[in-house]
Amino acid sequence: MNTAEIREEIIDILSDIAPDEDLSDVKDDVAFREQLELDSMDFLDIVMELRKRHRIQIPEEDYGELASMQSTVTYLEPLMKDLERA
Amino acid sequence: MIAESAENQRIVITGVGLTSPNGDSLSALRENLLAGRSGVSKYSIRYVGDTLAGICEFDELKYQKRKEVRRGTRAGSISVFCANEAIGDSGIDWENTDKSRVGIYLGVTEHGNVETENEVYALKGYDYDTSFWSHHHNPRTVANNPAGEVSLNLGITGPHYTIGAACAAGNAGLIQGLQMLLLGDCDVALAGGVSESIHTFGIFASFKSQGALAAHEDPTRASRPFDVDRSGIVVAEGGCIYVLERLSDAKRRGAKIYGEIVGYAMNSDASDFVLPNPARQAECIRLALRRAGLKPEEVDIVSTHATGTASGDAQECLALREVFHGCERTRINNTKSFIGHAMGAAGVLELGGNLPSFEDRMCHATINVDQLDPECEVPGLVLNEARESGSVNVILNNSFGMLGTNSVLIVKKF
Repeated sequence: MNTAEIREEIIDILSDIAPDEDLSDVKDDVAFREQLELDSMDFLDIVMELRKRHRIQIPEEDYGELASMQSTVTYLEPLMKDLERA
Repeated sequence: MIAESAENQRIVITGVGLTSPNGDSLSALRENLLAGRSGVSKYSIRYVGDTLAGICEFDELKYQKRKEVRRGTRAGSISVFCANEAIGDSGIDWENTDKSRVGIYLGVTEHGNVETENEVYALKGYDYDTSFWSHHHNPRTVANNPAGEVSLNLGITGPHYTIGAACAAGNAGLIQGLQMLLLGDCDVALAGGVSESIHTFGIFASFKSQGALAAHEDPTRASRPFDVDRSGIVVAEGGCIYVLERLSDAKRRGAKIYGEIVGYAMNSDASDFVLPNPARQAECIRLALRRAGLKPEEVDIVSTHATGTASGDAQECLALREVFHGCERTRINNTKSFIGHAMGAAGVLELGGNLPSFEDRMCHATINVDQLDPECEVPGLVLNEARESGSVNVILNNSFGMLGTNSVLIVKKF
């Protein structure tokens, strides 16, 4: 997956986790929490979905990397570059 | 005696919110009950396959966001729907109600089986690696979940909890709400019962293994308490929540009053895991009557618990024949014959189904009785068709459950 595909995948996961939100205008450099109604359980959902869909294990100390779209994609890039989008 | 108490020690029903397989409002449920229409339909669930159930079709998104539905439980959604409907129906000034003085007391037969089964089923796809087990599991399965979701949805900061009392739980929820009002623990009680049980295969499989799961080629004919060919229980989901207030508070705000809870009782059989004990049931009924200061012949309608099992129905009828012997005016009916057994919601839905009789002076029937079982012969049974009953002033509502828990509630026209 390239960066655009990883971003698309995150949007897809967010559409499951936050089905009431408009995700068409997510700003990559702004924290998710500042633009979407997400709480700690939702971030755990992102972690769980990445585990379920791609078998990616994110250690607890790295959860902070998922703060914004930009930081999430940057963090996931080396972990997902060899994966195919399902 | 409750009826002689001061008005701040008398508890009245001022709002009703419900969802049932036969309608999502009191008026819809009542219309179907009087028309003799069943709400039971075909249903299928994993492992068990094709069976029958009472299914609710309320709009979950009427009071919840999609995210709340996704995160919560079916029992939570049922509770949120019923609580909002009840508050709306009560006409209470909700915006200016002190939310710390509202209590939520909901009866449940069981809670958590649905969510646990779903997680185990999903985990199988990950070779039982528990790192794939959802972090939502605990908040979904804690026993207070249905009441807790109401608290979150409505911003209620008073006490919330569930009362586990098998199939007597609905009445138990109402009794708890009443008692908390009497103790001054809250000013408004949201009290009743809920059930999501049709979403757990285990309840169907267990009743089947027990020889107590109803089967019939026509779903609407499957739930048939008192009939000689009854084959067991039709499992249903549903919920019914009442707004309870002290009479003094209800009068002060000019509330519509559905009725006054004038008597209640709970006791235990202490005799068997599943077989009911008619002697203890009769004691429970008599205790409720004594607290209400009423004689058996003053009861206009007895709403029975009967579920359609071979022994359970006959045992309850033994108790009824003993207590209501010679009570010629007393009518006896059964709501499960229409909607199946809604478990934790059963008692409160059945009370709800009968409450309008204070106004319409009708007694709904128990349907699907083609041939009355001689062991279930009780004078006053209203079979198959609703009957005009003249003045209805007192309804007595039976609800009994496994492990021998019995509950009786008496509501009087106000």
